Amino acid sequence: MSENSVVSERKKMVIRFSGDSGDGMQLTGDLFSQASGLAGNDLTTIPDYPAEIRAPQGTIGGVSSFQVQVGGTEIYTPGDKVDVLVVMNPAALAANLSFLKGGGTIIADADNFTSRNLKKAEFDENPLTDGSLDEFHVIRAPAATLTSEALKDLGLDRKAIARSKNMFALGIVLYLFSRSTDDIVQFLEKKFGSKPTLLQANTLALEAGFSFAESVELQDVPVYIPPAKLKKGTYRNVDGNKAIAWGFLAASEKSGRTLSICSYPITPASEILHELAARKDMGTIVFQAEDEIAAACAAIGASFAGNLSVTTTSGPGASLKSEAMGLAIISELPMVIVNVQRAGPSTGLPTKTEQSDLNQALYGRHGDAPIVVIAASSPNDCFDFAYKAAQLAMEHVTPVILLSDSYLASGTSPWRIPDMDELEEINIPRFEKPAEEWEPYMRTEEFMNRYWMSPGDKGFEHRIGGLEKKENTGNLTYEPENHEKMTKIREEKINRIARRLPDQKVIGARKGKLLVVGWGSTFGAINTAVTELLDEGEKEIGFTHFNYINPLPKNTAEVFSSFDEILVCELNNGQFINYLETKFPEFQYRSRKKIQGQPFFTSEIKAAIINHLS
Amino acid sequence: MSLETVGKEGETTLSRKDFASDQNVRWCPGCGDYVILANMQKAFAKMGDKKENFVSISGIGCSSRITYYLDTYGIHSIHGRAIAVSTGLKLANPKLNVWTFTGDGDCMAIGGNHFIHACRRNIDLNIVIFNNKIYGMTKGQSSPTTPLGTKTKTAPEGTYENTFNIGEVAISSGATFFARVPDNNHALLENVMMEAYRHKGVSVIEVLQNCVIFTDGIHEIITGKDTRDDNQVLLEHGKPILFGGDKTYGIQADGMKLRKTEISDPDNLNGSTLVHDAAEADTAMHVALSRMQLPDHPVASGIIRNVESKSFDSSVHETIENVRKNRTYDTVTDVFKSGNTWDIN
Repeated sequence: MSENSVVSERKKMVIRFSGDSGDGMQLTGDLFSQASGLAGNDLTTIPDYPAEIRAPQGTIGGVSSFQVQVGGTEIYTPGDKVDVLVVMNPAALAANLSFLKGGGTIIADADNFTSRNLKKAEFDENPLTDGSLDEFHVIRAPAATLTSEALKDLGLDRKAIARSKNMFALGIVLYLFSRSTDDIVQFLEKKFGSKPTLLQANTLALEAGFSFAESVELQDVPVYIPPAKLKKGTYRNVDGNKAIAWGFLAASEKSGRTLSICSYPITPASEILHELAARKDMGTIVFQAEDEIAAACAAIGASFAGNLSVTTTSGPGASLKSEAMGLAIISELPMVIVNVQRAGPSTGLPTKTEQSDLNQALYGRHGDAPIVVIAASSPNDCFDFAYKAAQLAMEHVTPVILLSDSYLASGTSPWRIPDMDELEEINIPRFEKPAEEWEPYMRTEEFMNRYWMSPGDKGFEHRIGGLEKKENTGNLTYEPENHEKMTKIREEKINRIARRLPDQKVIGARKGKLLVVGWGSTFGAINTAVTELLDEGEKEIGFTHFNYINPLPKNTAEVFSSFDEILVCELNNGQFINYLETKFPEFQYRSRKKIQGQPFFTSEIKAAIINHLS
Repeated sequence: MSLETVGKEGETTLSRKDFASDQNVRWCPGCGDYVILANMQKAFAKMGDKKENFVSISGIGCSSRITYYLDTYGIHSIHGRAIAVSTGLKLANPKLNVWTFTGDGDCMAIGGNHFIHACRRNIDLNIVIFNNKIYGMTKGQSSPTTPLGTKTKTAPEGTYENTFNIGEVAISSGATFFARVPDNNHALLENVMMEAYRHKGVSVIEVLQNCVIFTDGIHEIITGKDTRDDNQVLLEHGKPILFGGDKTYGIQADGMKLRKTEISDPDNLNGSTLVHDAAEADTAMHVALSRMQLPDHPVASGIIRNVESKSFDSSVHETIENVRKNRTYDTVTDVFKSGNTWDIN
C-alpha cells in the first residue's frame, strides 16, 4: 500500500475464497487467516467442500470455498453475508453470489470466464460483462495471463503455473486489506522451504497480484481492520477436531496417563484419529479398530489397564457404541466418547452439521444408564472441553460423552496456547491404604466415585463386568433392593459432578422478558445476535449458553427463574428444549429450531428474538 | 510401562489355589468348564508371572463366567466383545498376561468379526474357545459350530446351516497358534495352555467341551475311551501323524488332500506318512489338518499350528519407540507451538 492511500477503518469483514476443488482455495483462505491472526485480528473460519471427493472440474458441484470473518473485536462466527468474494471461475460465482452483500466486492479471475466454463456453470452470458453484477464492485483480474507472465522465467508447465493463480488472487486481497505480503511470504517459506521453484512461483504470483491491485485504480478503498483486544499470549489457528485431539494430549501429559485412542474412521470425526496417529512422539497408542463396537470395547480394555482412553465417532458410530457405554457405566470405568455430530438419522447428510444426537447422548442406552454429557461451543474451546471430559472421566472414574459437530470440526479460530501450569490438576483417585482394606466398589465420600486400580497394582486383583454388583464388594448379586440402590448410586454419582461445575453465566440482562438459551456449537451465532441487539439498546434480553448438559450447572433453575420466557435455539427438532422442559417444567419455553444441515445465521437468531419480544 | 519385566517360568511360588477366587463356581455338575478352570489355574501357577500381571477377559455365555472364578484382574464384558476389550488392554500394557475366554456362540457368531481381526493382526492374546457346539446359557439354540442336522430350540427339525470349523477360520485368518483339545485330556490341556503362553502372538485354543444339558456326549465319538484311539489323532511337532490303538493308521498327502492309510509296520514307516510340522509358515497343511473329520478322517487334537511371527502389540510399541527416538517435540506444548503462531502482547 502506498503511503498516501486513503484507508477506511472497519470493525469486521467477511471474505469468501471460492474456486474449483483444484484451485487451492482452502490453502489461500488458511494463509489469509494466519496473516490476519498475526495482524492481531480475531477471526473464525469455515470451509465448504464439495461432497464428492473428485467432482467434475469447472462445475458448480466441484466448487470449494473458504469463508473467514476477521475483526478488530471478538469474532464468534464466520459471518452470515460476505463483503469480499473471490471467484476463480464462473461456477464459483454461480455457487456463491447469493452470499455476497449488496455493494460487496467480487474479485474474479476474468481469464477463466471462457465460453466453455460459463456453459459448465450454466451462464448464457458472461456475468462479468453483461451488466448483471452492476450492484457490486467487480475487480476483473486477468489472473491467468499475469501469473504466467510473472512466472515465465521459471520453466514451469501450464499446470504448475495455473496452480499459482490462487496466490495472485491472495495478493489482490492483501492489498484490499492494507496488508503487506511479507507475512505470507514467510508462511510460504515454511511450507515450500524444500521446494525452491514452488516457493518462487508462489511468491512471484503473490507479488504480481498485489502489484496489479496497487497499479490499476481500484474503485475500492483499501480497508484496515485494527487489532482486537485479545488476552496476551502465543496464538495459533486451530480447528475443532485438532483442538479435541490436543485437549486429550494435554490431559494425558497432565495426568501422567498414556493416551489410548481406539476409533473407527467416520466423517466428520476421522481427523481426531489422524491427528493422534501422528502423535506417537507423545507416546499415544492408536488403535484403528475393525468396527465401531471394537473401538469402544478396546477403549474399555485400555481404561481397565489404566490409560486415558478415548473413542471418537459420529452419530452412526455412537449408535454402535451404546452397549459398550453401558458396560463402562455399570462397571464404572473412565473413558471419553467423542461424538462429532452430523445430520442424521442413518447416513443422513454426512458432511453437514446438526445437533441432533443430544437425545442419543442423554438416553441412548438400555437400562437406567446416566452418563456425563459435555458440549464444546467453538473450534478453540474444543481443547478445553476435551481436557475437561478427560479430567472428569478420570477423576470420577466414569464415562463421559463429549459432543462436537461438523461445524466446529472444520471451522477454525485463533487459540491462545495455554501454559501447562494454567490447566487444572487431574487427581486420579487411587486407593492409598493397604489393599486388604479395599473393595472394588467402595467409594469416596464426596463424589461417590470408586477408585481406579489397574492390572499391575499388586494386591488389587479384582473382577468387574456387566452384571449388577453388590454395593462395595462388587460381587454378583440379584438382590432386588441392591439393584435399586446401585441404580440410585450411579445416578447420584453423576449428579454430584454438578457440585464442581462452574455456574451458568448470563450475558445481557440478569432478568427480563426473554432469556435466549443455546448449547454447543451455536454459541457464536447466538452470542453475536444477542450482543448486537444489546448494542442496539435492547434491555430485556439475556443469553446463557450450556456446555455442561448432564449434569446441568447447579444454578440453572435460578437463572431461568429471572425471565418471563426462555427461547431455546438449537439445530435439531427440539431435543434440548424437551430436556429442559422435563428438568424444569415450571418455566415458559419457546423454541427456534433449524434442521437444514447448516449452522444458524446471526440474522436468523436476531429475527427470532425480535419476533418473540414483539 | 510401569510394570517390571515378567519373571521366568517357575520363578514364583504361586499355586493353583492362589488363582481361585472366593466366588462359588456355578456351572452344571459335570460341565466341561470345570476342567478348563482347573487346568487354567494350574497353568497360571506354572507361568512364573506375577499375579497382578494376569488379566482374564470374557464375553457372555457359560464359558465367560470363568472370569469370576479366577483370582486375577478380569472383565466379564459384553457378548462377543471379549477379544476387542482384550485388544485395547494388551495394547495399553503389552506386559500383561492376557487370557480371553469365549465360547462358540460368543466368538464365532456375534464376535466373529473381532476374532478374525485378532487372528489377522496376530496380537499376543491367548484366546480359549469353549466349543460345546450349542448356546448353553440361553438354553439350547444352534451355534455356528452345531453340526448339520442337530435338533435345537431354533432348528427343531435339525439344523440346516453349514458350520464353521474354528481351526480353519483361525488359521485362514492369520492365527499363528492353533490347538484343539478335548476337555477330558487334562495333561494336554495344561500343556497347550503353557505353549500358548510361550507363543508370542495370537494363540487360539479350541476346547471340545461337553455341555451336559444340551449337547451331552456330542464330542464322545472323538473323546470317549472306546473310540478316541480310532477317531482322534494327537498331533505332535516333528512326529509322524499316526493313530489307532497300535498306531496302525497314518495320514498321507494325496495331491492336495489328506488320506487315512493303514500302516503295516509303525516302527518302519515309508516316507509317505506325514510328519507334523507345526512351525510351517504356509497355512495349507494346517488348514487341511484342522478340517479333518469323521468318518473319512480322525479329528486332529494337539497343537496344529505354532508359527513365529511378529505380534501386533510389539509392532505398535516398537513404532512408538522409534518415533519417540527421532522425535522433534518433547512435550505437548512443543507440539502446540509447532506451525504458524503469533504473539499478542
